[in-house]
Amino acid sequence: MRSTAWNDEENRVLPEMALDFMPEEKLRELQLQRMRATVKLAYEKVPLFREHMDEKGLKPEDIKTLKDVAKLPFTMKKDLRDTYPYGLFAVDLSEVVRLHASSGTTGKPIVVGYTKEDMDVWAQVVKRGLLACGFRSTDIVQNFFGYGLFTGGLGIHGGFEALGATVIPISGGNTERQVMLMKDFGVTAVGGTPSYFVRIIDVAEKMGVDIRDLKVKRGIFGAEPWSDGMRDYIEEKTGIKAYDIYGLSEIVGPGVGCECECRDGIHIFEDHFYPEIVDPETLEPLPDGEEGELVLSTLSKKAMPIIRYRTRDITAIEKTKCKCGRTIRRIRRIGRRSDDMIIMRGVNVFPSQIETALLRAEKALPHYQIVLDTKNNMDTLEVKVEVSRDMVSDSMGAMEQLNKKFKHSIEQILGISVIVTLCEPDSLPRSEGKAKRVVDNRKKM
Amino acid sequence: MKIPQVSVFVSNRPGRLQAVCKSLADAGVNLLSLTLADSGEFGLIRLIVNNPEKAVDVLAKAGLSATITDVVACPVNAAIGGLAELLSTAVGSQQIDYMYAYPSTLNGSNIMILRFQDTDKAIEALKATNFKAIDKEELFKNT
Repeated sequence: MRSTAWNDEENRVLPEMALDFMPEEKLRELQLQRMRATVKLAYEKVPLFREHMDEKGLKPEDIKTLKDVAKLPFTMKKDLRDTYPYGLFAVDLSEVVRLHASSGTTGKPIVVGYTKEDMDVWAQVVKRGLLACGFRSTDIVQNFFGYGLFTGGLGIHGGFEALGATVIPISGGNTERQVMLMKDFGVTAVGGTPSYFVRIIDVAEKMGVDIRDLKVKRGIFGAEPWSDGMRDYIEEKTGIKAYDIYGLSEIVGPGVGCECECRDGIHIFEDHFYPEIVDPETLEPLPDGEEGELVLSTLSKKAMPIIRYRTRDITAIEKTKCKCGRTIRRIRRIGRRSDDMIIMRGVNVFPSQIETALLRAEKALPHYQIVLDTKNNMDTLEVKVEVSRDMVSDSMGAMEQLNKKFKHSIEQILGISVIVTLCEPDSLPRSEGKAKRVVDNRKKM
Repeated sequence: MKIPQVSVFVSNRPGRLQAVCKSLADAGVNLLSLTLADSGEFGLIRLIVNNPEKAVDVLAKAGLSATITDVVACPVNAAIGGLAELLSTAVGSQQIDYMYAYPSTLNGSNIMILRFQDTDKAIEALKATNFKAIDKEELFKNT
């Protein structure tokens, strides 16, 4: 086990990683100093934040310790929408070198901006995450995160470039070409959403390409919750090691946190982002180790400082130290978002639970979709599952058994009755970015 | 003695059988027989073709999942009681999962395609009867 001494020569910690091993006391000091500067900047430059502070009768000077952070007002997704497009910017647009925006599936998109300095920080945190997962400057990287307004593609790109790796900015889509380039370019590392990589695995198989025979060794995945079962599936099918990178556009994009070689939680880059866990009902801060909603504040962002953003991600901050020796704290991998929650006949259902149930039933990860509907005034939950080659039998009884096995496994986890429909391969819609797992056709009362 | 059979999983909606047949035809796979089984939402199309491995690949490229299982082909008397006669031998005591008959004939005689739970045991049992299991080569020699 590595000692926790900061940048100890014997630990062979690369100089770029040193910040991850900062003595805890120093780290808290730095966080407080940066938090105070961020609050001051937002108070002076962002009218909405000042309004929220004034409502609470708070002044930036009231933040004297990190404990005082709990007094600060929350920032909600709604605040970003209400101030569309530039209302939360703390600098003049002339200083902003990059804009990104969310897809805006629920109305106006959310716009985020970066100064030159913000861009550097972003590339550095992604780079530190990649280094922690064992990616190196010698890697040839196929980046199939979507490029464009989405922060995924360009965010990961920036990190790999800062690392000095060779980046192939292929973006999502044209899956057969993805497989061809992976082979022809001698790709050693990949990055993207796990659901799209599963799609690439399917297509490679169909093309007669076994990814295990290629040079790909590592993958960095994120932008959607993915289960440990999905990780096992990816690793078994391709022989790569799959790592989780965490982030959200509102804070910076990918790179708020990342796993390390130990893969025992996601280290938050605490010198730039301040994590808290709150009870989603009472909004009271919870101690490390307890599960609740992750709340994040930026500590160095200039273009758009964000204080106490409610992420809707349900997780916990780990109490114990990671074996890697990093002093920056870890959160548990995100299994569910309160946003993804489906309320079905009064029961809370998360798509990740259905994924787990399918994996448990068949030890494989079929492509699936959840369809909610109203039939005879009853809400129904249907899980459509694509039947892969390994699942086909010549016996009708065996096929019906397969259907029952899925149904039973899902019902056991969810505790409500569901309909399972077996479908042909490729019959369910594929996304080239984040998987769209849920279709809601229910009649709104 | 075993005959490879291709089973294809299809959704129960119009045009699926046509899609299967067309993919095979375009690839030059010769179809000797087929049977359908359905269960409301989905169905299985079971096929005897001259090149089963190729058929599975062709179907996979067309986005269909298929698998190969072994069946037994054996001649039966076209007269009344022909099948009953076959099943009254030791073969009848083998568990038959399902069966179906060819609409055509082989060299002028009727044959049955049978799917046994244990194909080897069934072939063994057939040897003791007058019903000889038909070779793959023989079945496909005119294709």
